[in-house]
Amino acid sequence: MTNSSKKRGLLTISFKLNQEDYTMEINSDERLLDLIRNRLGLIGTKESCGGGECGACTIIMNGLAVNSCIIPAARADGAEIITIEGLSKGMEDELHPLQKSFLEKGAVQCGYCTPGMLLSAKAFLDQNSGREVSREDIKEAISGNICRCTGYQKIVEAIYSYALERKGNN
Amino acid sequence: MTWENYYMPSSIEEALSLLDKHQGEARLIAGGTDLMVQHKSEPIEAKALIDIGGIPDLKKIHEENGRVYVGAAATHSQVVSSPLLKEKGRVLVDAAKAVGALQIRNVGTIAGNVVTAQPAADTAIALVALDACVHIQSGSEKLEKPVLDTFLGPGKSSINPSKELITAFSYPTPTSLERTGFIRFARRDSLALPLVNLGFWLILKEDQKTVKEIRIAVGPMSTVPFRARETEASMKDVQISEEELEKAGLVIAEEVTPRDSFRGSADFKKYLIGVALKRAIKVVLDGKGVDWDD
Ligand SMILES: Cc1cc2nc3c(=O)[nH]c(=O)nc-3n(C[C@H](O)[C@H](O)[C@H](O)COP(=O)(O)OP(=O)(O)OC[C@H]3O[C@@H](n4cnc5c(N)ncnc54)[C@H](O)[C@@H]3O)c2cc1C
Ligand code: FES
Ligand code: FES
Repeated sequence: MTNSSKKRGLLTISFKLNQEDYTMEINSDERLLDLIRNRLGLIGTKESCGGGECGACTIIMNGLAVNSCIIPAARADGAEIITIEGLSKGMEDELHPLQKSFLEKGAVQCGYCTPGMLLSAKAFLDQNSGREVSREDIKEAISGNICRCTGYQKIVEAIYSYALERKGNN
Repeated sequence: MTWENYYMPSSIEEALSLLDKHQGEARLIAGGTDLMVQHKSEPIEAKALIDIGGIPDLKKIHEENGRVYVGAAATHSQVVSSPLLKEKGRVLVDAAKAVGALQIRNVGTIAGNVVTAQPAADTAIALVALDACVHIQSGSEKLEKPVLDTFLGPGKSSINPSKELITAFSYPTPTSLERTGFIRFARRDSLALPLVNLGFWLILKEDQKTVKEIRIAVGPMSTVPFRARETEASMKDVQISEEELEKAGLVIAEEVTPRDSFRGSADFKKYLIGVALKRAIKVVLDGKGVDWDD
């Protein structure tokens, strides 16, 4: 669709976020990250580098992991987005099993990278649902997410053990 | 506030008419992985952005009349997972795999990589090796030029993204005697720009061992992606072997003129490009009738 401006620089966009429909007026040069954090108050999505290099701001947009700090908010028009707040939506438990696996394996220290890690892992596992995944595949899938604390081993283990468990449940 | 409007056209015609309407004051955006980062340090001077990432015709990867076409707004992830390119565009697939990390490949496009015109842009290097043709539309005009001709200097492209839209890249469907490959050396596998990268295309003689013709593209060895034409000429009619590749590696190390940078010294890059050439060809030809000493 084409957005035409009503007032200078203002656009109206509609999108689905964490399974809820939104229609909002945004600035044409707003970043998607700012829309999510500042206007919707969903501060689980973090900002660190602001330039696509660290993955702290990772969200899932139309099924793909993307860095919301370098995506114009305008592009959310018509999109389906999942942020960390929506990961366990519709589940009985408060936490997604992937989140539980992170806790069990000690894959969280300061926690700053964790939302992005979880969403990269979720997008990757969803795309590979019918397939066995290796630790190497997992490392590749989260290679755009920087962690300064854990040394990655426990994160990879957490994702791997969830992938195995999930396969067992199928 | 910089741009006052943001358009998401759904067809090529619509994108072109928006460019036309804004008379050079609008700017195309595809993935935005270069534009949005650049905007932070140097605000983009444009009244409107025209987002072409949602135009299906610009994302098609297909074969037609003996040519392979890759849509300008195909993302690196799309290139990596294309069965057609896996078979008929290995150099491009391997280059796309090397870009950034998954989040970058999921949105960054090949046309964006070419227009950004960095001397070691990975998919740009691959397209130079393929001697790809750039299909451009501006208003009602359609033009074509070799991709190498679009690079004018570091960060400088002949394509004006306020007037011209790249619609696709194309190259002849490879025959059974053609081979392509890509290699890069970097500090890390992900999120690191290359110390050196190299893409090649070659066509063998009927014996499957002798080079009939070769094109070699390398970066960052000059202000733009660089074709190593002396090395190419030196390899013509050469029967490929460990020894000959060793020689070619010395020729290319002499031919290129990299600069010292924080990624590595000029001498180190010269050395590495020789290794890159040898290894890239070896990986692709190994086990295909070529005798190796080791
Ligand atoms: C963290 C990070 C890591 C990166 N790593 C790498 C890497 O390893 N290797 C590498 O090569 N690059 C890398 N890049 C650079 C970038 O991702 C690529 O160059 C990407 O291909 C750019 O595509 P885009 O669609 O995002 O371009 P955009 O930012 O949308 O556009 C770039 C330029 O191209 C113009 N443009 C876009 N499409 C068209 C078109 N169809 N016709 C005319 N003009 C057009 C735009 O106006 C703009 O001037 C990295 C970037 C980031 C942020
Ligand atoms: S904050 Fe977006 S990638 Fe670092
Ligand atoms: S847990 Fe601290 S950055 Fe990853």
